[in-house]
Amino acid sequence: MTEIGLTVNGVLRAASAEPRRLLSDFLRHDLGLTGTHVGCEHGVCGCCTVLFDGEPVRSCLMFAVTAAGHEVTTVEGLGAGGMSPVQRAFQDCHGLQCGFCTPGFLCTVTALLRDNPRPSEDEVLEGISGNLCRCTGYQNIIKAVHRAADLIAEESGEADR
Amino acid sequence: MKPPPFDHHAPETLEEALEVLARTGEDAKVLAGGQSLIPLLNMRLAAPAHLVDINRVASLDTLEVTEEGVRIGALARHARVERSAQAAATQPLLRAALRHVAHPVIRNRGTVVGSLAHADPAAELPAVLALLEGTVEAASVAGRRTIGAAEFFAGPLESSLRPGELATGAFFPALPANAGIAFAEVARRHGDYAMAGAAALVTVDEDQRVSSARVAYLSVAATPLVLDLTGVLERRPPVTCDWAAAAAYARDHMDTDEDIHASAEYRRHLAGVLTERVLRAAAQQAL
Ligand SMILES: Cc1cc2nc3c(=O)[nH]c(=O)nc-3n(C[C@H](O)[C@H](O)[C@H](O)COP(=O)(O)OP(=O)(O)OC[C@H]3O[C@@H](n4cnc5c(N)ncnc54)[C@H](O)[C@@H]3O)c2cc1C
Ligand code: FES
Ligand code: FES
Repeated sequence: MTEIGLTVNGVLRAASAEPRRLLSDFLRHDLGLTGTHVGCEHGVCGCCTVLFDGEPVRSCLMFAVTAAGHEVTTVEGLGAGGMSPVQRAFQDCHGLQCGFCTPGFLCTVTALLRDNPRPSEDEVLEGISGNLCRCTGYQNIIKAVHRAADLIAEESGEADR
Repeated sequence: MKPPPFDHHAPETLEEALEVLARTGEDAKVLAGGQSLIPLLNMRLAAPAHLVDINRVASLDTLEVTEEGVRIGALARHARVERSAQAAATQPLLRAALRHVAHPVIRNRGTVVGSLAHADPAAELPAVLALLEGTVEAASVAGRRTIGAAEFFAGPLESSLRPGELATGAFFPALPANAGIAFAEVARRHGDYAMAGAAALVTVDEDQRVSSARVAYLSVAATPLVLDLTGVLERRPPVTCDWAAAAAYARDHMDTDEDIHASAEYRRHLAGVLTERVLRAAAQQAL
């Protein structure tokens, strides 16, 4: 067991774990942050996606020891004081049913819109191509991404005024 | 689906990394982006006693673009190389192929050099390195060596790196003058490993006739297959080239296998179709 410390959602957190501890399990079991979901543990479903130093990555394909000293944002950290525009857009557009895939989509889409505030339809499809959803049929998720882009634009417009 | 136990080593310099690799030898695996190795560990298809995690070796996180080509350090992620405008200008085949490697989120972690070292016959980058006749740079406590692509890919999931050796970087030569490239593949879903894929490099002479045409294939053989189709195309201008003859030649010169994804015959068919498609596009670009 080694002591592993990293910044999660802006707070310095530490716990001891074996080197083989996946970041996904470290977040869920050692830090109690169960918002990050685990579907396949081989990189295919995207449910476990978190932001690692700001970039979306699979937390099931990284060891917690590798993440030590870095910054991780999980779904719990996306909406500081209320829901983020991306979260509200998913709610507005019915972009979820059971919600299992949702944390991964939210993290992926948050980074996508930060890098590309007005993605085209194709760019949205490419951006979420690595996240699987077994319920919604994707149409409402795609709508939610465009809606989130609108919300972010509106809100940053308001902030400028 | 949890990885088996291992000793974790987190060297911060290349010297330290090589020293641990020398000590642990055959019992060790290098951990780069982990996007191929960690799934194997999670599924217990691999159980190395030691993992040498190179993610803290900052000196390997490099991307150098010169007139000669693109040199990619062992920690440069797919996404970094894909986004580099300089790399794309010097060797456009890199970006063209990287767009087919998994999904954007996987490309944020996976490394180009890790993909070469993994030597998956269905992976895009080994075919690109083979087509361009690039090299892999390897280091161990015994010294350094440069390995040509043809020698580097020894078999399916098998590189010619020796125990104790680390691939420190790879070099992809620049696009020559009067040349064009193209990449295409067929996969069941975007981002999946392809059932067949092809990359072409075509050069034209001063009379705008095809003076060289080579195609590298993925997913059709145990290692990247490179075919020289210059002779078949008979040094004609692209508009009069017999692309179908090149496709037929390619189909006849590969020994495809069947697996759960596709029959050998279907794979060969796809490779033929892709041959024509990438040759036409690369020739057009060369003009
Ligand atoms: C869902 C999913 C889909 C994917 N789809 C594709 C795809 O379509 N095409 C594709 O090409 N890839 C695909 N990949 C794999 C991805 O591209 C990997 O990033 C890449 O194959 C390996 O790079 P890595 O840095 O993650 O290496 P790792 O997983 O860390 O290592 C892979 C192997 O290479 C060895 N290795 C790594 N770096 C070095 C080094 N510097 N020196 C010596 N040995 C080294 C390791 O020991 C290990 O054996 C996919 C992955 C996932 C999870
Ligand atoms: S649990 Fe990580 S991708 Fe499925
Ligand atoms: S909402 Fe159920 S898997 Fe996506």
